[in-house]
Amino acid sequence: MKTIFQRYGDYGDREAAGSAPDASQNTAAKEWPLWEVFIRSKAGLDHKHAGSLHAADAQMAVENARDVYTRRMEGVSIWVVESKYIHASAAADSESLYDPSADKVYRHPTFYTIPDEIGHM
Amino acid sequence: MHIENQQTDPATFNPSFCLESVPLKAYVKTVFMSATNDAFEARIAADSFIEPRDAMPDAYRKTLIRQISQHAHSEYVGMLPEGNWISRAPSLKRKAVLLAKVQDEAGHGLYLYSAAETLGISRDQMLEQLHDGTAKYSSIFNYPTLTWADMGAIGWLVDGAAIMNQVPLCRTSYGPYARAMIRVCKEESFHQRQGFETIMRLAQGSDVQKKMAQDALNRWWWPSIMMFGPPDDNSPNTEQSMRWKIKRFTNDELRQKFIDVTVEQAKFLGLTVPDPDLKWNEESGHYDYGAIDWTEFWNVVKGNGPCNRERIEARRSAWESGAWVREAALAHSRKRQARQVSVPEPVA
Amino acid sequence: MLRLFYVLQLADNALIHSQLLSAWCGHGPILEQDIAITNTALDHIGQARSLYQYASELLNALPESEKAAAFSSPLLQQVSRAVQEDDLSSLRDGWDFRNVVLVEQPNGDWAQTIAKSFFYDVFQYLLYQELLKSPDTQLSAIAEKSIKEVTYHKKWSSEWVIRLGDGTAESHDRMQKAVDTLWSYTGELFMPSEADAFAFQSGMAPDVAVLKDSWLAEVTAIFDQATLQLPSNNWMQKGGKQGMHTEHLGYVLTDLQFMQRAYPNMEW
Repeated sequence: MKTIFQRYGDYGDREAAGSAPDASQNTAAKEWPLWEVFIRSKAGLDHKHAGSLHAADAQMAVENARDVYTRRMEGVSIWVVESKYIHASAAADSESLYDPSADKVYRHPTFYTIPDEIGHM
Repeated sequence: MHIENQQTDPATFNPSFCLESVPLKAYVKTVFMSATNDAFEARIAADSFIEPRDAMPDAYRKTLIRQISQHAHSEYVGMLPEGNWISRAPSLKRKAVLLAKVQDEAGHGLYLYSAAETLGISRDQMLEQLHDGTAKYSSIFNYPTLTWADMGAIGWLVDGAAIMNQVPLCRTSYGPYARAMIRVCKEESFHQRQGFETIMRLAQGSDVQKKMAQDALNRWWWPSIMMFGPPDDNSPNTEQSMRWKIKRFTNDELRQKFIDVTVEQAKFLGLTVPDPDLKWNEESGHYDYGAIDWTEFWNVVKGNGPCNRERIEARRSAWESGAWVREAALAHSRKRQARQVSVPEPVA
Repeated sequence: MLRLFYVLQLADNALIHSQLLSAWCGHGPILEQDIAITNTALDHIGQARSLYQYASELLNALPESEKAAAFSSPLLQQVSRAVQEDDLSSLRDGWDFRNVVLVEQPNGDWAQTIAKSFFYDVFQYLLYQELLKSPDTQLSAIAEKSIKEVTYHKKWSSEWVIRLGDGTAESHDRMQKAVDTLWSYTGELFMPSEADAFAFQSGMAPDVAVLKDSWLAEVTAIFDQATLQLPSNNWMQKGGKQGMHTEHLGYVLTDLQFMQRAYPNMEW
């Protein structure tokens, strides 16, 4: 099951993320590394995850992303990151990470009542 | 074509593939504990998406790998029959359209291989399975493309059938697969429309063009309706896949839907569907259709189709003759890393 | 008429190059590069279409006597309506094609396709940079649209030359062999044809001979990074711009023109 995490850009810190790329440790030394592609669809917007692809190096990954993911004018800027460098929160930690914010309704503007006379605030 | 999913605009498309997790207990890798299994089933029942880091039964994972990789292989092999005609397209406009279309199939294969890769199999492993014959792909691509009209028939019928299959998959339970399918479906509707337009041009053209269109329909009709797979009473994987919401409709449901829609389109084109038993059934509100030759279907699946050998040989040959290219690119990249000349460009 | 021939030189280069590049579609070494090379092929088809549309206008505007003399291919001569882009691509035989012999050379392996593309891309980039300034507004407009595409093509093929040259021993050998094989077809790029001379003298295009130094400098710089040797052989093939081609073009046209010849005078 470990191979799952070695192959997908969905790593926890315990995985090799952040260390120098070492092809000899790659179980598939002949396979081009996997990259995650993030695309800014137009100026003013964030880069969003678009998908992944294989490329031999970063420069090629950007170009492959251009050729694969922007053929229909989907983008004006591309980020790529080798999948193994993505750090992710652990599924097992979800409850402790995300549930505690559920009762903080006072963080939302709709929690407060403002008289109609005040207008938009 | 309407795709029932909100996340189709690339501007708002955010799969949150790594930063979103779900409340699940720790995943135990060897034994899939029943508590986890219950949680998984509950998520499926609640129509939640399953994401790569989520716990999932091994059988679910295997089913997905099988289905997604078959799907990816179908796109990849599917480039070949139409690719045949790129060099011979009858006009530069048609050439450009066909080339763009076949290229899209490569893109679809790529999206799907990527989705399968989130499940712990590499693209190289999947390709090995394709090349050694252990993985299947859609049998339709084992039929030959003999005339230009086949480009129309494939777009109209084969892509039309594929869309019927694929649109529900945009809501399939596995997140990466669903997201890949959204992208695929958006592009696929261009394919079907260009196919229909291509064959319509022939159907409205000269006598020989009409004849060519009819000939293509004659050859592609039955293989197209076989594309939906064996009938429900003989489709071993359907039930479990439906339960896991990997599949959303049965083979026969989709087939019927396709026939109902396509027969009307054929009428519009003035072409005859090659099924003497085809007739409208007032009572059911559907077309009744003749017996499908499942012997042919299973033979093509087993490798006895007209082009099985050529298709796999073409895929294998491209892969093998590309090996030195892929190795060279990696070798060069490592050399550069070793020389540390590669300075990352600043983030834009 | 020489203006027409000049535009056809450009158009035929684009068409024949795209026809061969598109043969990789479905057969590339990896999906990502299959998609990449197909994008390039699509760019060239687009360029060819624009150029043939312009060439059609030029041809249709010629006096009847010149029209008849412009081509030897009977099917094109027999077109009684206004000539269109597909007539020019489909109804001319090889001796009426004016592309350089470089682009009609077989794809061979990935290295040979890369070498062919690289030689052509560097040339096209230099040429189209100059055509941007052409007082012929149709030509400068086509150049303006194309130059963005060509800039990317050149980057892509240059990187592959470096990658293969400085990759493995096998890729180095294949790349060097491809360069050696195609070298003698590069000279024609810089040998002015009658149409080139006309285009230069009338101010619509640069002197191609002058582009050679920049081309060689760029090729040499990439070869240095790629650890490739510049071939010492300086005997150059020629003839494409005059309609004297290598044997390969005939087969390329056989495929390209099949439909229009088997089913003449139909709309597709």
